[in-house]
Amino acid sequence: MEILVCVKKVPDPAENEIAVRRDGSDIDRDDLVYSVNEWDNYAVEEAIQLVEEHGGSVTVVSVGDEESDEIIRRELAMGADAGKLLDDEAFHYSDGRGVAAILAHAARQAQYDLILTGAQAEDAAAQVGGMLAAMLDLPYASLVVRVEVKEGDKLEIAREIDGGNLEINEIDLPCALSIQTGINEPRYVGIRGIRKTASVEVPVLGAAELGLDPGTVGRAGAKVRKLDYFVPELGQGAEILQGSREEIADQLIARLRGRGVIQ
Amino acid sequence: MAPQVFVYVAHRGGQAADPALELLSAARVLSPNGPVIAVAAGHGAGLDQVCRDMAGRCLEVWKLSNEALAYPNAEAIRKCVTGVLPSGAVLLLAHDTLGMDLGPGLSIKLDSPFVSDVVAMDPPQDGVLKLVREEYGGQVSTHLSCDISGGAVLSIRSGAFPASEETAVGEVRDKSPDIGDLSCGRRFIKIVGAEAGDVDITKEEILVSVGRGIEDEDNIEIAEDLAKALGGVVSCSRPIVDAKWLEKPRQVGTSGKTVKPKVYLALGISGSFQHLGGLKGNPFIVAVNKNPKAPIFQVADVGVVDDLLEFVPLLTEIIDNH
Ligand SMILES: Cc1cc2nc3c(=O)[nH]c(=O)nc-3n(C[C@H](O)[C@H](O)[C@H](O)COP(=O)(O)OP(=O)(O)OC[C@H]3O[C@@H](n4cnc5c(N)ncnc54)[C@H](O)[C@@H]3O)c2cc1C
Ligand SMILES: Nc1ncnc2c1ncn2[C@@H]1O[C@H](COP(=O)(O)O)[C@@H](O)[C@H]1O
Repeated sequence: MEILVCVKKVPDPAENEIAVRRDGSDIDRDDLVYSVNEWDNYAVEEAIQLVEEHGGSVTVVSVGDEESDEIIRRELAMGADAGKLLDDEAFHYSDGRGVAAILAHAARQAQYDLILTGAQAEDAAAQVGGMLAAMLDLPYASLVVRVEVKEGDKLEIAREIDGGNLEINEIDLPCALSIQTGINEPRYVGIRGIRKTASVEVPVLGAAELGLDPGTVGRAGAKVRKLDYFVPELGQGAEILQGSREEIADQLIARLRGRGVIQ
Repeated sequence: MAPQVFVYVAHRGGQAADPALELLSAARVLSPNGPVIAVAAGHGAGLDQVCRDMAGRCLEVWKLSNEALAYPNAEAIRKCVTGVLPSGAVLLLAHDTLGMDLGPGLSIKLDSPFVSDVVAMDPPQDGVLKLVREEYGGQVSTHLSCDISGGAVLSIRSGAFPASEETAVGEVRDKSPDIGDLSCGRRFIKIVGAEAGDVDITKEEILVSVGRGIEDEDNIEIAEDLAKALGGVVSCSRPIVDAKWLEKPRQVGTSGKTVKPKVYLALGISGSFQHLGGLKGNPFIVAVNKNPKAPIFQVADVGVVDDLLEFVPLLTEIIDNH
């Protein structure tokens, strides 16, 4: 099975407190620690496991900048066979549809049986997977937590719906799926493994190489534009307890006692 | 000119899903006085019931009945909606597991812009809508502009708009004859219910809930000790289940359990809307988080800004010594 997995570089939410720049133009990107979007890492692991069992190859692709090379190499170290970086000045400030269009052009350059995306990106909108599928006219399912290959070029998949219930579907190949966290246990890769991929060539493709009209993507093509970032003030917020650790613990116990939680 | 606004009504067992009335309120922002049209797809008596109910809420309901829609398969719904909506339509749907499945691809098929998980918006000006969404699990928000002059698909966060109280004497229009071929490459097989666990967190009054801030599987013990001291049980956010540190039935949230405890201690949980979506009944919320800007502090009653790995053992010790 030939599998394409779309991966994005995002600020790692576990490593960063996200703050807004004073002028609201962006989040404060100084000292941010970036990583591969959590959902995408599960998607790559799923692809690798499918290929381990059924043969084929895994290609990872990212629309990003030079620094996205790093996350592509991380996924190569996990076991992906090839990587492509889609980078062009014309791609900057693309909306979700623009990103999907760029990815669609890359997807058309080869014959993939399966295209995987994450269900959503930390900094975005849970939209690129479904858009990409629609652009390519592929059957699509979101929030997938199980994939099984069936006879006759089909998959049986489980989608996670409300309350942890699973919706079981059959879907024809080729198709596109967006992957939900928890579908597998992504393997660990260390710095050493990533260094070993240094010699692998990761081609950088721009609008010309993809045969893409630059006016349809990037800022020029965007119908949805980000105006500014801000931190909302919602309601009163919590009463933040102050004092030494012991004093705070005592105050909290008093509050819990007031609620009858502690006798 | 106000855009022609449609709301997609999901339903089950003959009842419109909760967000339907919220979508109607959101639609009013786009079309303060104009008609709002509800669209419901399905098959059989349940669909008829939903259409009748919605006709008590808005002036026009479009009924899309077809056997292929008996189960809400987003692939079939997308085809059918694309076939019947007029060009330039603005369609609102809920940002839930059906909306996520349906919306993005639908916007491509309708050749309209898409904005997901909208939490607020201003009335459109000159065909441009200004909206608010959140990023990074609610740590920051953004204003966006979206050109809706040629139509749009917007998915709306649950709870972001009040349920509409409008009533109407509306009309159900059967648009089923306009539906074309709905065969698609994805077929619904069945629903498998959520697994049951050793404890039922939905019945507990005191929940000590851990999130990614617990950092390591071995540290879960810290929460178990506190739960024991308080006479409660341990629940968790999704990443803890993804990491297989606790069982799925312990997960609180939209894709986990809906709980209604009296007291909820959120330890190292950032407060994403999917997590909070599982917290009902207005509990007394205590949040312990080392990030003073974590969104959980906006909904908590009491907050402790500290490293939970230091604070929680101390708290347990003091309670135990009383
Ligand atoms: C369709 C869908 C359904 C979902 N359903 C659910 C669901 O049902 N339930 C759910 O929970 N999530 C769900 N999610 C995931 C959700 O979007 C968030 O990713 C998740 O809730 C984050 O969990 P968290 O708060 O534990 O982790 P994070 O967001 O990573 O937050 C960890 C927090 O811990 C704090 N912290 C770190 N270290 C410490 C320390 N030592 N001491 C104190 N604080 C510390 C950090 O400041 C941070 O605020 C769903 C997502 C999708 C797409
Ligand atoms: N710049 C990008 N490059 C590659 N894949 C992306 C990019 N942006 C989004 N995706 C894919 O689309 C999924 C959903 O992202 P989003 O719609 O932006 O929330 C991600 O999990 C990725 O798999």
